[in-house]
Amino acid sequence: MPRGRPTLVCGGAGSGKTLFAMEFLVRGALQYDEPGLFVSFEESDRDLKQNVMSLGWDLDKLVSQKKMLIDYVYIERSEIEESGEYDLEGLFIRLSSAIDSINVKRIALDTPEALFSGFTNQNILRSEFRRLFRWLKDRGVTAVITAEPGERTMTRFGIEEYVSDCVISLDQRLFDQIAIRRLRVAKYRGSQHGTNEYPFLIDTSGFSVLPVTSLRMDYQVSTERVATGIPRLDTMMGGKGCYRGSSIMISGTSGAGKTSVAASFATAVCQRGERCLYFCFEESPDQITRNMRSIGIDLEPWVKSGNLRFRAARVTSYGLEMHLSIMHREIDDFKPHMVILDPISDLTAMATGHESKSILTRLIDFMKAKGITSLFTDLSHTGDMEATETKISSLIDTWILVRDIESGGERNRGLYILKSRGMAHSNQIREFLLTDKGIELLDVYVGAGGVVTGSARISKQAEEDAANIVRQEEIERLERELNRKRKTMEAQLAAVHADFDTEEELLKKAIAEARMREKVLAGGKGKMAHLRGEDKNPNKTR
Amino acid sequence: MPAEKRQRVIEARGVKKEEMYELRLYVAGQTPSSVRAFANLKKICEDHLKGKYTIEVIDLLENPQLARGDQIMAIPTLVRKLPEPVKKIIGDLSKTERVLVGLDLRPRVGTK
Repeated sequence: MPRGRPTLVCGGAGSGKTLFAMEFLVRGALQYDEPGLFVSFEESDRDLKQNVMSLGWDLDKLVSQKKMLIDYVYIERSEIEESGEYDLEGLFIRLSSAIDSINVKRIALDTPEALFSGFTNQNILRSEFRRLFRWLKDRGVTAVITAEPGERTMTRFGIEEYVSDCVISLDQRLFDQIAIRRLRVAKYRGSQHGTNEYPFLIDTSGFSVLPVTSLRMDYQVSTERVATGIPRLDTMMGGKGCYRGSSIMISGTSGAGKTSVAASFATAVCQRGERCLYFCFEESPDQITRNMRSIGIDLEPWVKSGNLRFRAARVTSYGLEMHLSIMHREIDDFKPHMVILDPISDLTAMATGHESKSILTRLIDFMKAKGITSLFTDLSHTGDMEATETKISSLIDTWILVRDIESGGERNRGLYILKSRGMAHSNQIREFLLTDKGIELLDVYVGAGGVVTGSARISKQAEEDAANIVRQEEIERLERELNRKRKTMEAQLAAVHADFDTEEELLKKAIAEARMREKVLAGGKGKMAHLRGEDKNPNKTR
Repeated sequence: MPAEKRQRVIEARGVKKEEMYELRLYVAGQTPSSVRAFANLKKICEDHLKGKYTIEVIDLLENPQLARGDQIMAIPTLVRKLPEPVKKIIGDLSKTERVLVGLDLRPRVGTK
């Protein structure tokens, strides 16, 4: 706000003007060492003190420390009779002495319009107003002046004429039976200002304004992967699980098991020694804990150890801005590594499409900037599983679908990963079982009619086992056959060999005898020739 | 009007307390309207309240903290402290009729 100049805060009854003015002074006194003077024309100082006690501001203490002064200017119309010329010097004197007593730097006037009901001479009043604001400027105090809106003029009595450096308007309206507050910098001379309406809240620590388009997308991302708590699911995601700091959505029809998967994630986080913040909008924390116990997930020890914190609220308790602000506060306070919203379907249903997407974008941006992994469960309707209520799927990094598979007179659950940015993931549907030992993911059987689950799967499995046994036996039979044939062949071979050996021997003997005879004959012939005294015939062949 | 802190003009001798008019005139220095107011007041008191009034003049420039007690904003302001209820008349008191009505010395008959 402009220093040393008056700012007009304009709003209807209950819009927060008095609180705004008070917070301006209190923070000035506490945080910036600027003493303040609160001039109240409507509430007594005792009422004021009590009203702001709920925000934790102890005005008595500030007054005793000479950091604040509260002046109650009371005008009772019926007491006053006007006779002749007058001015409002008395007010000036009062303000002056207060300002000088503790060296006031900030002043709030709430609301000087009350003067119009006390004094009838409009000319005098208006000229005194003009004088007042010039006087305040001269004294170098920064002033906040509250006023109510007029029918055709900005303020009821048109004092915006005198306070025109900066105008803030506060508004409170009902939207679908929920009260929402909006703030707008209607005017700020000499500065570039956002002129849009911004939602704001008044809660236990005063005003908080959350601009609608707040954050840039300049956060750093991690390459670390975090386990999901369901080992098979980790393997479906390239073997390692989800990226830290990513946004994960589990959507499915009612009763499909979304909360169970979320609880698995939560357990995995706690087992790593990290913290998980679980916002539940549908079931109470006790109910979730009880239900998860039935599938072998015990969340109680993690709550006790402080790793898991539940925060429950009905979505219709407050407006979306309040929810967002509460979530911000909780996250800042608990500093979790993972935040679960179960489910977001109610939240998104509360607002118009544009608003809810905007709210979620801000939330996801906020968490990504802090490196917090976010997990949302979303109720989807059969028939259009892959469309979310508000088309927020583009904000989600990993999308897991849990759906019912109906076949053979049963409904069983299947899980598959629709998308997971930045990693290779399985495209298979796995049958998803909630057993009393936790969540199991099984391969599905693809039968003649498509995916086969449940008892049909069991029977299919039995069939396959039987077929396996038959095949096994067949193989054994063939092997036995082979052996037998081999033995037969070998026996035959042995017999043939034996025959051959016998024949060989006989033949060899015969050959030897023949050779012997030959030799003898040749020897005998030589002797006979010698005995006959034959002369050698060189031409004779032998 | 002498510049003293307070000035009392007492014209009361043997008058019952319930009938006494205790009047306070708040001024801020010696402005023309303050002077006029005092003069007008004295005249009215002499004409209508002879012997039954006290006037106290308080200069807020000298005693600014006194503005809070009677919630004084306009200057000059005449406060009738007694008889109760407290009544205030603002202005230089030039409209005598209004002053009398304000002091309850004459019943209201419409507005002027």
